[in-house]
Amino acid sequence: MLRQMEGSQAVAEAVALCRPEVICAYPISPQTHIVEGLSRLVKSGALAPCEYVNVESEFAAMSVAIGASAAGARAYTATSSQGLLYMTEAVYNAGGLGLPIVMTVANRALGAPINIWNDHSDAMSQRDAGWLQLYAEDNQEAVDLHIQAFRIAEELSLPVMVCMDGFVLTHAYERVDLPEQRQVDDFLPPFAPRQVLDPNDPVSIGAMVGPEAFTEVRYLAHRRHLRALEVIPRVAGEFADAFGRESGGLVRPYRLDDADTAIVAMGSVLGTLKDVVDERRGHGERVGVLGITAFRPFPFAEVRRALRGVRRVVVLERTLSVGVGGVVTDHVRAALDGAMRETSAANGAAPYLWTVIAGLGGRPITTASLHEMIDRAVTERLEPLTFLDLRRDLVEREAHRERAAERV
Amino acid sequence: MPAQEIKFYQTGSLVVGNRLLDPERRTVQADMRRPNTLTSGHRACQGCGEALGARWVVDAAHRATGGRLVVVNATGCLEVFSTPYPETSWRVAWLHSLFGNAPAVASGVAAALKVKGRTDVRVVGQGGDGGTVDIGFACLSGMFERNDDVLFVCYDNQAYMNTGVQRSGATPPAARTATTQAVGPEPGNPFGQGKNTPLIAMAHEIPYVATATVADLRDLEYKVHRAMELRGARYLHVLVPCPLGWVTPSSDTIRVARLAKESGLFPVFEAEHGEITSVSKIRRKVPVEEYLRAQGRFAHLFGDPPRADVIAALQEVADRNIRRFGLLDEEG
Repeated sequence: MLRQMEGSQAVAEAVALCRPEVICAYPISPQTHIVEGLSRLVKSGALAPCEYVNVESEFAAMSVAIGASAAGARAYTATSSQGLLYMTEAVYNAGGLGLPIVMTVANRALGAPINIWNDHSDAMSQRDAGWLQLYAEDNQEAVDLHIQAFRIAEELSLPVMVCMDGFVLTHAYERVDLPEQRQVDDFLPPFAPRQVLDPNDPVSIGAMVGPEAFTEVRYLAHRRHLRALEVIPRVAGEFADAFGRESGGLVRPYRLDDADTAIVAMGSVLGTLKDVVDERRGHGERVGVLGITAFRPFPFAEVRRALRGVRRVVVLERTLSVGVGGVVTDHVRAALDGAMRETSAANGAAPYLWTVIAGLGGRPITTASLHEMIDRAVTERLEPLTFLDLRRDLVEREAHRERAAERV
Repeated sequence: MPAQEIKFYQTGSLVVGNRLLDPERRTVQADMRRPNTLTSGHRACQGCGEALGARWVVDAAHRATGGRLVVVNATGCLEVFSTPYPETSWRVAWLHSLFGNAPAVASGVAAALKVKGRTDVRVVGQGGDGGTVDIGFACLSGMFERNDDVLFVCYDNQAYMNTGVQRSGATPPAARTATTQAVGPEPGNPFGQGKNTPLIAMAHEIPYVATATVADLRDLEYKVHRAMELRGARYLHVLVPCPLGWVTPSSDTIRVARLAKESGLFPVFEAEHGEITSVSKIRRKVPVEEYLRAQGRFAHLFGDPPRADVIAALQEVADRNIRRFGLLDEEG
């Protein structure tokens, strides 16, 4: 059913359609509206049987989800930013135990300085936690990814993080098509856990593993993540068949077929990028966009395939690895490794690969700035690492003050 | 109050032989069909108070629930010595997640069981004093205030023993640990620190709070049974001497646990909804010195010259407990 609604409310209703059995809630902006929406639904009795647990911290939220999932319940929670960091130990634990918990991360910057607005630093900090990470481009995709996430998680027995840009998506009112309960029930069977805490068949879960088997445990987790590279697109395909809409998958190429310049990005900025690319295509410029939906596991082969023949690649990143630069760039570079060699062999030139850090802590990414960035890219004048719209006056003033305070 | 008034004294011991009782009144441990939930072959030290306490507690919970039981364990000695992959000593459904989250994980299990309509299956969470009174404290308090249907058991050996005897919030004053060394003018753990977790648990006004020691195992078993008769958040704090950390012979575990209670340093009581309902009286009061002298972690108090001032301060702690909890029978 088509509805005009807030992103958080749409996600709350999408999660509700998945019949969660235990929901753990702790408030943090900009995620809070999601668990508020679910609170109303559970309290009304509409979701029965479902336990809504108001916990005392995000660490407890993930811990309650771990216990619930291990006992065979479909478990869900949502968080952002500092909350994700505060639960980190439990996030890794859920990953290691292979518990198919689904969590929404309403992406928000990490302090200090404290900042409640959007970037991808929070989810990026958990990229090695053993969770799958899917990034939504808009609120419709956020809805769809949650429904797919439970399927993927439970099929692989792995936890899934659905990442959606804080405020930009969570607080945006958009038209959303919410599926019918019957459709979701047909798509998402009841949770059948791989192993469960059962007094009639007692198992010990979470034993200590020493050097003699730890590598093997990690290897098996890796293998399961690689399997996700097959499961994620298959589930997206089944979703498209059932709901009549393309959502999810590993990567989302846009007007890339004959492109010589490509912008790679994740999340809500893809919409703006597509507008910019459409405009430039109108002028005959061969630019395209590669949206990455699955950041964990990283779809190296699909990225390489999508960027084949592209001469200039700009990775637009909503996070900064301080002292290094881009995070997604490293992945794209690794993906391009083969393509670079192929291109070099063909015409003697490897593609350019630039990092542009943009939208940190909620700074708007404007079409004007993106045009300027692409202007520089197509003329091959971009710096290897660019901070979009950096306020040089502010930086210089502060650098001057620091120099003045320096003791020689 | 103990289920059975003990009438038979044995020389040097307050324990009565099970064989003197009717079969139906005997302990779980005296039963041929005892479940051995924590079965033999685990790697606890000789004389480990925690292993003893955990076996009694979980076996008793097993009997009280007819085996419909899930156990959630915090990281610590108990977890490490019982489940080195690919072995496990647990004959119950058992989950270990992290050091500081066992009460919350237990809450999650209870929530799942409720959703599944399996409220006949009960949840016991357990951990050491570090996992309970320090790093797990926020989760413990959260589980209490929500009144989640979980019995949480703290096996208190008064320090971080698994990592090599470091001070915790349950370490008593003057005790030597690896991080409160017996040097300087005020050796050992400082006075005026630490927390009384059973009293804090009571402040949550949860249905049941009790303390026990491994010196009175029938009392411990009774308290587990009592706890399992109730629903909601319940807390059991069990004193479990650690030969390694307390520097006592393995054969002295029960003796020092008894001295802790008989000196008044460890009050044994029960409380329901925030009010004390019963107190285990001291049978033969002993000066704290007798308890302290038995343990190497207090050896610095008995050097040359001895620290009579510190011993007196610890006696004051015990005397205050005796007054506060009414640990001595007026008739004597």
